[in-house]
Amino acid sequence: MSYAAAKFPSNADKSVLSVFKLIKGPIYSHCYNADRSLLAITSDNKCLVFQLSGTKQPRMFATLENHDKVVTAVDMSIHGRIVTCSQDRNAYVWEPLSDGTYKPTLVLLRINRAATCVKWAPNGYKFAVGSSARIIAVCYYEHDNNWWVSKHIKKPIKSTVNCLEWHSNGVLLACGGTDGFVRVFSGFVKGLDSKDIMANSPWGTKFPFGSLIREYYHGDYIHAVEWRSNLEKLAFVTHNGTLGIVDHQDHLQEVNSPDGLPFRALVWINDHEILCAGYSCHPVLFAESSQQWKFAKNLDKAARSSSPATTGQPGATGDAEEEENPTFGISALRKFKELDLKGKVSTEQQESAHDNAIVQLLPFAESNGQVVQVSSCGLDGKVVLYNV
Amino acid sequence: MSQSLRPYLNAVRFSLEAALTLSNFSSQEVERHNRPEIEVAHQSAELLLQPMHISRNENEQVLIESSVNSVRVSLMVKQADEIEQILVHKFTRFLEQRAEAFYILRREPIKGYSITFLITNKHTESMKTNKLVDFIIEFMEEVDKEISEMKLFLNARARFVAEAYLGEFVY
Repeated sequence: MSYAAAKFPSNADKSVLSVFKLIKGPIYSHCYNADRSLLAITSDNKCLVFQLSGTKQPRMFATLENHDKVVTAVDMSIHGRIVTCSQDRNAYVWEPLSDGTYKPTLVLLRINRAATCVKWAPNGYKFAVGSSARIIAVCYYEHDNNWWVSKHIKKPIKSTVNCLEWHSNGVLLACGGTDGFVRVFSGFVKGLDSKDIMANSPWGTKFPFGSLIREYYHGDYIHAVEWRSNLEKLAFVTHNGTLGIVDHQDHLQEVNSPDGLPFRALVWINDHEILCAGYSCHPVLFAESSQQWKFAKNLDKAARSSSPATTGQPGATGDAEEEENPTFGISALRKFKELDLKGKVSTEQQESAHDNAIVQLLPFAESNGQVVQVSSCGLDGKVVLYNV
Repeated sequence: MSQSLRPYLNAVRFSLEAALTLSNFSSQEVERHNRPEIEVAHQSAELLLQPMHISRNENEQVLIESSVNSVRVSLMVKQADEIEQILVHKFTRFLEQRAEAFYILRREPIKGYSITFLITNKHTESMKTNKLVDFIIEFMEEVDKEISEMKLFLNARARFVAEAYLGEFVY
């Protein structure tokens, strides 16, 4: 609707396409189906599914509630199945039924700590769940038992897994966590994947399940990893505010965040551009020119107010000097009036579309292999679409 | 504002902005717990970040201890003499007894400091981070003013009481 237009009338760079304020609390993760008509978000211990049409405010479609602790991640497969995972150690696969409801199936994760992140493999027949139990569970459907079962990748993960990403071949699985390592594992499941797809892969020759293919030590928390499969490159963002890009020959390039604040999410725009976003509440574009990654531009950056802490102070002291002998009642009255003014914000101050950290970025629309619209979700309960 | 206060407050502001980059992090040691990692003694050293210590002089210091999902900010309020010591103690105690109304206030200060704030990911998710930082900076600006004002008031009142009381004995 015109919510976005009404709230941000003078946004000069026109990068914000629409703003959807969906819930009051934080959104840790969101996802879309293949034709972008459904949007699923996490909301406390529930997962909400919305119907999306253009830039109109999304309409509530279904509520998925089975978890009893915070839902940390949600993802949708190419077949429309939704998988949610939560800090209650469980994951559910939600099968869409013809009447618009979803049928939950518990996944046997066999982990005893929180599940932190989940991603469907590109073919939609298996998914990976990262956890605080220092385990990645690769889950697939077993017809004999009529159940989603899991295989574990344990070694050598030393701390919570923050993020996961499948290579487009559906075998290589990149992950990063609070132990400061970016690791590439093989998530090859016998009977699901064929060995042919990995022929001529620059990453190695043999890919048995759970084997460690590559390991990059960074030292800070890894917040997100993202493959560029056709280039065989891997990009990641870390807690010290850098964006790193590595390839299969272990060439590492790093760029710093221009605001100095860490990023939480990234998305490849094309082969030579990456969009990152995080605690600075607005996306930042990085571009590669002559083999060198550099900061390119800010999207939707709020004009920073000059001195936020000292508003109203000079005027107040001036008044005090004028009145030499304030009677007690009047001074008390003024004191409370001033208290009332504390924390007041001027409405003219222009703010970015997100007013809290952005935690996930997804490509929303593509044309000619280039992402033209990006969707983000943030701790402020908003989903924002950006034009790149 | 004096010459050295501005850079001191700026250093605190930027350190706080960097420290308040928290995420929702469930405990990796205790099942189904989500606790401020800075407050628990534990084996996962990687979850605690390097503490930042900003010092203007020996009486005015700030200690920022951060972890993956929580930050502890401890302030040392200037205490020049015994009266100020008593005033600071009473003032911070008054606030700490009402800690639940202050959300980010810790009920007990860290040893060696006058007052401590405990900010968790719940706070940064429900409040704007820059406003939280503004609040702490403003608190630091105001608290000195408040204490010296109270001290002046206390001295004036003591003088008045002494005069009124001793006036009885003047013949």
